[in-house]
Amino acid sequence: MTSAKEAAPIIQLKDVSKWYGTRDKPVHALAETNLNIAPGELIVLLGPSGCGKTTLLRMIGGLLDPTSGRIEVSGKDLWRNGERQGEAVADLGMVFQDAHLFPWFTIEENIALPLKLRGVSRGERRDRAQELMDLVKITGFEKRWPKELSGGMRQRAAIARALSYDPSILLMDEPFGALDAMTRDSMNVELQRIWQKTGKTIIVVTHSISEAVFLADRIVLLSPRPGRIDSIYDVKFPRPRGLDVQTSPEFQALVKTLRHRLSEVE
Amino acid sequence: MTDDVITPTTERSDKTKYLPWVTTPALALIFLAAWHYYTKISGISAFILPTPWAVWDVWKGMLASPRAWDHTLVTVYSTLLGFFFGAVVGIGLGLIIGRIRWLEATLNPFIIATQVIPKVALIPLFVVWFGFGMTSKVLVAAILSFFPILTNTVLGVKSVETGHRDVMISLNASRLQTFFQLDFRNALPYIITGMEVGIVLAIIGTIVGEYLGGSAGLGYVLVSEMNSYQTDGLFAVIIHMTILGFVFYFATGLLRRFLIPWHQSAEM
Repeated sequence: MTSAKEAAPIIQLKDVSKWYGTRDKPVHALAETNLNIAPGELIVLLGPSGCGKTTLLRMIGGLLDPTSGRIEVSGKDLWRNGERQGEAVADLGMVFQDAHLFPWFTIEENIALPLKLRGVSRGERRDRAQELMDLVKITGFEKRWPKELSGGMRQRAAIARALSYDPSILLMDEPFGALDAMTRDSMNVELQRIWQKTGKTIIVVTHSISEAVFLADRIVLLSPRPGRIDSIYDVKFPRPRGLDVQTSPEFQALVKTLRHRLSEVE
Repeated sequence: MTDDVITPTTERSDKTKYLPWVTTPALALIFLAAWHYYTKISGISAFILPTPWAVWDVWKGMLASPRAWDHTLVTVYSTLLGFFFGAVVGIGLGLIIGRIRWLEATLNPFIIATQVIPKVALIPLFVVWFGFGMTSKVLVAAILSFFPILTNTVLGVKSVETGHRDVMISLNASRLQTFFQLDFRNALPYIITGMEVGIVLAIIGTIVGEYLGGSAGLGYVLVSEMNSYQTDGLFAVIIHMTILGFVFYFATGLLRRFLIPWHQSAEM
């Protein structure tokens, strides 16, 4: 996986910044930021609240337009004259803190919704949904309503939905933040498995240090007021990582370093 | 793994679940008995309050007479027609102004005006314009029923979660796709609630229309019973209308099961 860094970046941020609010009372959410992300990398954006990590992710996801700078996805401009470029967006899949499944669709229909929007035939949609449900391990729940599933399973379905149209990049905004600690651990193991199986580029936003260290190839630590990249850490534990890795001294040491740095920037 | 447990849906205990099947008829019986004994004991004139049995007899006679069914059909038809127009305008307008704030602000005074005008006062005007036929009462039914459908539709469109919108944006959905897959479906439970209120108002509108300017329909029968001092007949027509109202109300409620099986309210 480490050799991927030498390949051409799949996401490029060039002097990207964001200001919120009115002319009288502007808020500097993110200072000029530069970052290259290689294909197949698993990047974690870590930082305290107000550090602009979600703002950054939403700009990469095309939900927010940057005040200045350029974002390139697979070599294509994401924003042009304040307009989102559909071509670039098609390469992005988003997962939010809440699953945001549509309650009026069954699990299967939810997963296949992006394909429906793309005009894929019903039979093909069902096949693809089946495949994805196997991947995220929720087979057997095709015809259930979202409300009948637990939080963890709903989030699995949300991941399947984001993968349905096979984007090369998965953006996840505190994807397991609403889950209990045990579910969260197992979901992180699952995410690693899905990532290794699909070879997607994944960007995860979190404020959990141990989650960041467990998942990441690289941790991008952000600091607040204004949000900006403070430091970047390579995480070299071999894959696949089991939950046991968390008890190793190297893991603990990195957690400690990050915690120390976070308390300084906060 | 703790995450593959299905969250149990709360179920009412069996004891109380079927209780209303007994308590509701019991309450109805108590009411009828009280009515019956009151007329016996107080010796009240049958012109003021007939006994339940007298009303029952007249109603049975009504059900056997084809003329009464003709009037019923006229009322049913006018109600449904008025409701249909009210629903089409209410849902259509609601879906549009729910998404376009300035349009809502522009139209709001006019929409409220249609509601604060005493509708009954419009009926003579409608009669002048459209005569004593169907049109006047259908119009009244439509005007009465459209408002709750409109306000509920607007509420339904406005209550779309921002998270759901974000999903549609991240999927690069077109406006039309977002409308059909998100806005409309989100509004549907609200629309049905509005329709439940609307259908009842449509019946009221039709019947009021019938007794102010008509020669057919249950409202007209009501007035002619009154004019001939047939109090038991009056009661029979009221009961007839009430049952009609029940049928309409539950038919509308049934839409829940078919249109929004996913919604909490569909579990009865």
